[in-house]
Amino acid sequence: MPALSPTMTDGTLAKWLKTEGEAVAAGDVIAEIETDKATMEIEAADEGVLGKILVPEGTENVAVNTPIAVLLEEGEDAGALSNGAAAAAPSAAPVVEAVSAPVAPVAATIPAEAVYAGPTTRLSVREALRDAMAEEMRRDDDVFLMGEEVAQYQGAYKVSQGLLEEFGERRVIDTPITEHGFTGLGVGAAFAGLKPIIEFMTFNFAMQAIDQIINSAAKTHYMSGGQLTCQAVFRGPNGAASRVGAQHSQCYASWYAHCPGMKVVTPYSAADAKGLLKAAIRDPNPVIFLENELLYGQSFDVPTEEDHVVPLGKAKILREGGDVTIVAFSIMVGRALEAADALAGEGINAEVIDLRTLRPLDTETIVNSVKKTNRLVAVEEGWPFAGIGSEMAALMMEQAFDWLDAPVARVTGADVPMPYAANLERLALPQTQNIIDAAKAVSYRS
Amino acid sequence: MAKSSSKTKSAAKSRSRKPGLERDELLNFYKDMLLIRRFEEKAGQMYGMGLIGGFCHLYIGQEAVVVGMQAGLSDKDTVITTYRDHGHMLACGMDPRGVMAELMGRRGGYSKGKGGSMHMFSTEKNFFGGHGIVGANVPLGTGIAFSHMYRGNGAVSLTYFGDGAVNQGQVYESFNMAALWRLPVIYVIENNRYGMGTSIERASANTDLYMRGSAYGIPGETVDGMDVMAVREAGAKALAQVRAGKGPLILEMQTYRYRGHSMSDPAKYRSKEEVLKMRTEKDPIETQRKLILDGDHAGEADLKEIDREVKLLVTEAAEYAQHSPEPDVAELYTDVLVEV
Ligand SMILES: Cc1ncc(C[n+]2csc(CCOP(=O)(O)OP(=O)(O)O)c2C)c(N)n1
Ligand SMILES: [Mg+2]
Repeated sequence: MPALSPTMTDGTLAKWLKTEGEAVAAGDVIAEIETDKATMEIEAADEGVLGKILVPEGTENVAVNTPIAVLLEEGEDAGALSNGAAAAAPSAAPVVEAVSAPVAPVAATIPAEAVYAGPTTRLSVREALRDAMAEEMRRDDDVFLMGEEVAQYQGAYKVSQGLLEEFGERRVIDTPITEHGFTGLGVGAAFAGLKPIIEFMTFNFAMQAIDQIINSAAKTHYMSGGQLTCQAVFRGPNGAASRVGAQHSQCYASWYAHCPGMKVVTPYSAADAKGLLKAAIRDPNPVIFLENELLYGQSFDVPTEEDHVVPLGKAKILREGGDVTIVAFSIMVGRALEAADALAGEGINAEVIDLRTLRPLDTETIVNSVKKTNRLVAVEEGWPFAGIGSEMAALMMEQAFDWLDAPVARVTGADVPMPYAANLERLALPQTQNIIDAAKAVSYRS
Repeated sequence: MAKSSSKTKSAAKSRSRKPGLERDELLNFYKDMLLIRRFEEKAGQMYGMGLIGGFCHLYIGQEAVVVGMQAGLSDKDTVITTYRDHGHMLACGMDPRGVMAELMGRRGGYSKGKGGSMHMFSTEKNFFGGHGIVGANVPLGTGIAFSHMYRGNGAVSLTYFGDGAVNQGQVYESFNMAALWRLPVIYVIENNRYGMGTSIERASANTDLYMRGSAYGIPGETVDGMDVMAVREAGAKALAQVRAGKGPLILEMQTYRYRGHSMSDPAKYRSKEEVLKMRTEKDPIETQRKLILDGDHAGEADLKEIDREVKLLVTEAAEYAQHSPEPDVAELYTDVLVEV
């Protein structure tokens, strides 16, 4: 009984179209079989004589791989049949060994970057990102930048200022407004060994291209058994800007962090924006690099060392404290720090962790902090359902349960599309006060 | 004194004025275009005062397109467009007060303040929105056309998009289905020569956008989108054809936006001369004004009266919007799902 569909386990032998002793040629229809889906004709695979029908017409529930007839090849005679030829069943499905699935490997510990005590310079996040791209493009001719308005306009948010001038049209490429197309093109170029930086004017528009990002960029290394790689960075502003409404204000952190096969980076400071972007460009994997428009203009101290690279996958403790751990990423780190300042005034010492990379997540730093503080507040701009905060709660269940003195608190965006009205938008986004309140709640203080 | 003399002059003239439909149409077009122009100027002002936030894409320069197209529509027909949508809404007969209030994020706005400039709708006027994602409204407009065909209601879907949007893949997926199923849709490409800072020559391998449907057998025509009478004529012809069941059509409107892409765009990618040339030689409102005066359909005083009416409408809209309160905070959680 042949398997005629992926789900078929047995079938009914509806009808024999040949009789015993009849000659058949390869391709002759010899029988009709009813499967779970349809009635199918089956053809002889070889020529010969239908020696013996083993399963008579009308038999139901014949298991797949059960012999249904014996075909005698030239020279064989029917006498051979009694000698157990019928028993020479085709080899059954491979024996499934009773092994359990392997445990997902635990990522090797990523060494933290060395503490930098050298000189720094004041740079905006915008400039830091530009410098990171420029340095990597100087270093490696395979790196190029493409996206809408990245070249002549100098970037819709002026992040690629000066790059066209320095690197020319070959490497700084204005695309038509055709995200799915140019993302696929960039991924294809990466399969062929180039290292594209694909800028989305904002990540809202990457939704046009999300199929190429997930189905092509993130999965092909796996699907090719490790042959193909996709060394591409997908970058641009993510999250709410200011009053640009529902279709232009959305945090994609948990969307991308959900998917294996990619790394997801969410810098806050200019130093990290630079160091992490350089690392992302050098990483042999597809990297989603989520920036924030409201941070572009903010300035921070950035190391002036020649090659400032921050490893992916490493969180950073920005403020130490023993009473409550607050984790945040991207723009929410600023709010978390503000909240920590306010909390200190009320005698609560918060430890603030900038996650920096969401995938791979630096669970060690988070868990170790909670072992000390016994409390966790997770802050994100995105929606609560299946968000990064949910992942934090799961992490605490799995790795810090015995150390928790309070349930994990999530501070998230409101579970609604972003409203345009100023008052509603404010309510929809996590504010510093929400973080303060959550930290107090887990500390049982009011 | 000057005032009264001009009145007498125009009164004398109006006796010789041509009565009837043609005159009404000419003057209505003038008024509708002027309303959009003045409304947009006001919106620009309000933006400058911080009363409008986020993105705000003005339609100034392109008025003839929507006004001319709207003239041929019946009240069953539907309209869908992009984020550059204020003109379309006014042309559809939506209340300037509700539009302005939405621009300011107020309770009295068409989306109760929750949508903003790019996301406004009126089921009453068959206006299916303002959409913020470039290209995305094209399949939507095609689907609205599908609903017209499905119901056999004889309506046509006007689906507007820009010269930048034409390169999105979903536009061609839509063209194919529209042609395959002979859907009653007119794709109106508003070719204002720029998609943000990128000129059409730098974005499109073939800049004859009216030909973009040729692979699917969709006929296309290029139209002087700065001339409302030309638009009206092309629109009426196209509507008749589509209503006759001949399937989709493309109209490429050659037009121009005077302002930057949005309020924050300094528009350095084009010369001041280029803009000035369009404004002085092709301005749709000036052209219409001249047509009316030269043809002796109305006098200066009649046009002044229209200017005054329009100004009043716009002032009222701004007043209304500013006095409309912000949405009730309880609105944050409403309208996410239909309550069942
Ligand atoms: C999918 C997507 N990509 C990018 C953008 C950002 N964006 C908004 S308008 C615009 C230019 C569109 O130009 P065009 O289609 O010519 O329309 P116009 O603005 O000239 O009316 C761009 C790139 C967007 N809103 N959606
Ligand atoms: Mg355009």
